[in-house]
Amino acid sequence: MTEALLEIKDLKTYFHTENGVVPSVDGVSFSIKKGETIAVVGESGSGKSVTSLSIMGLVGSPGKIVGGEVLFEGKDLTAISKRDMRKLRGNDIAMIFQEPLTSLNPLFTVGNQISESIKLHQNASKEQAKVKSIEMLRKVGIPRPEKVYSSYPHLLSGGMRQRVMIAMALSCNPKLLIADEPTTALDVTIQAQILQLMRNLIHENDTSILLITHDLGVVAEMVDTVIVMYAGHVVEYTDVYTLFKEPKHPYTKGLLDSTPKIHELKDELQSIEGTVPTPGSITQGCRFQTRCPLASGKCFTEDPELKEIAQNHKVRCWLHEEGEVAI
Amino acid sequence: MVHIMEKKNKQQAKEEQYLLEVKGLKKYFDVSEGWLKKEKQYLKAVDDIDFYVKQGETLGIVGESGCGKSTTGNLIMQLLDKTEGEILFEGVDLSTLKGEALRKKRAEIQMIFQDPFSSLNPRMRVFEIIAEPLRTHQAAKGKKLENQVYELMEVVGLDRSYARRYPHEFSGGQRQRIGIARALALKPKLIICDEPVSALDVSIQSQILNLMAKLQKDFQLTYIFIAHGLPAVKHISDRVAVMYLGKIVEITTKEKLFHQPFHPYTEGLLSAVPIPDPTLREQKHRIILEGDMPSPANPPSGCRFHTRCPYAQEQCKGEEPKLIEEKPDHFVACHFPLKEGHGVLIDQ
Repeated sequence: MTEALLEIKDLKTYFHTENGVVPSVDGVSFSIKKGETIAVVGESGSGKSVTSLSIMGLVGSPGKIVGGEVLFEGKDLTAISKRDMRKLRGNDIAMIFQEPLTSLNPLFTVGNQISESIKLHQNASKEQAKVKSIEMLRKVGIPRPEKVYSSYPHLLSGGMRQRVMIAMALSCNPKLLIADEPTTALDVTIQAQILQLMRNLIHENDTSILLITHDLGVVAEMVDTVIVMYAGHVVEYTDVYTLFKEPKHPYTKGLLDSTPKIHELKDELQSIEGTVPTPGSITQGCRFQTRCPLASGKCFTEDPELKEIAQNHKVRCWLHEEGEVAI
Repeated sequence: MVHIMEKKNKQQAKEEQYLLEVKGLKKYFDVSEGWLKKEKQYLKAVDDIDFYVKQGETLGIVGESGCGKSTTGNLIMQLLDKTEGEILFEGVDLSTLKGEALRKKRAEIQMIFQDPFSSLNPRMRVFEIIAEPLRTHQAAKGKKLENQVYELMEVVGLDRSYARRYPHEFSGGQRQRIGIARALALKPKLIICDEPVSALDVSIQSQILNLMAKLQKDFQLTYIFIAHGLPAVKHISDRVAVMYLGKIVEITTKEKLFHQPFHPYTEGLLSAVPIPDPTLREQKHRIILEGDMPSPANPPSGCRFHTRCPYAQEQCKGEEPKLIEEKPDHFVACHFPLKEGHGVLIDQ
């Protein structure tokens, strides 16, 4: 296929805290093609959200990108000026956040907030921006868009607010949409509406999507490629069908086995023992060693590399060093 | 005459095996605004619901935010005063009990909360948290108390050495274990679990669900499992009640509910849950329910679901359907129950 739209190479985002350096994102590499939908999956503390904020250049103090490149259409976003980044953000790359209430400004009307980015990025007049905003609101399935245009965010329900966020994010036809847990705060029937909306929009506009989520159900229904993160590392990276059928990393397998299957009557749940280690607490060996049922020898002393074990299937695990292993 | 007697006995036998029975339960919150208005306005959080829970089973209560599921749990716990109806625990109406009798009965019903961060007192050590119910109810003291607390910690998988620590030193999953140990302390018969795993990571959720299943077996516990996450409810429950805007719209065994729902809302709800298997993406029967849940302060007339129901007819707007036993052990509140409702279970 065509060249990558976004390519991340060995990204390192560290937080410098009182208790020392916390490597939230530690050498993450992946790429997104045009029109591709990719998911970053992981539990709390895996570094998935920090990865997305790093791409957007929104990591705040005490966090800092200390290494690696974020190449968007060949341009390194970590090296460009703040001014150039502002031009990109909201225009070529847009983002939807988990909590639509806190990510909308309560003091401005919905219309005001949507037209802001249209005016800024597309040199539109006030009237043009209004027309475009209302068109976007209609597109995301908001009834009576003219009325919603002049309402304040608190008057809208959670699902409506998330639609407004999506309308805002898509108003400048971004090439890449980053969605950080876009449906986690919503009820399940509303989640289904929003996912359907996103599916339609991907189809129409050929937008690439980076979906950050912990919900394997959403992953299975929405994306082409999956990146599994654990404690700041990418541990597995492959297409969605292979991942669910033949997970190769013990963590991925554990995650799949601990997910209740709504479509199976009898579902035995296997759980992963222990808890996610605090970032930076494991300094030697594989980061999953404390919870891995298969850990032995080398796992405790040396950190494995992310290696391609089959075409388009990368795993960071010593088990697959010598070739195929059933787990 | 003998026949009638027999029937009566049967009826009695049936009631006796219910650990908990809820009849016509209502909870209205006064939301009137302004003191000049004569008419009172009520938010009908729970509006005339009936159900029972059998000894040793798990009843799941599902629904979206604002459906009244948590209020139902709080009412059974006597944390809220009901507006109307009966809550019979082992045949005794809890609201008629006072003083010592109520305290005793209360020890038999315990609760596990959603947020393990705010439901544990940050100034108490783990030992004190678990010992508190034992002390309050004077169930044990001294060495005996100490032994019981350590035993409880062991049962929920917490190391004895943690007893002197404070809640903030623990992760979410471990805090939930502390909450479970506290709930188990008085050897309750019924435990109400209000979203016990919603705040936890997937790999930790399964640990807690497995622990709960094990404890149920070991201590013959009865659970009411309140949650919005259907996969977890399906995993742990024997029977499931679906709530919508203060009403129970369907209640039956999990096999029946997930295989072939009768109520259009249940069908839509099941279809909305993403299935963690990409190969089923295309063949899934997708029903997207339109619109938002109406406000419980001003619910739609007739059947409360008619504004979002894809099959609604004229009758649904005017007349409220009653919860009836459509098939044995399968109750539904719908004028036109689905003949061929789509479930989510895939035959293997």
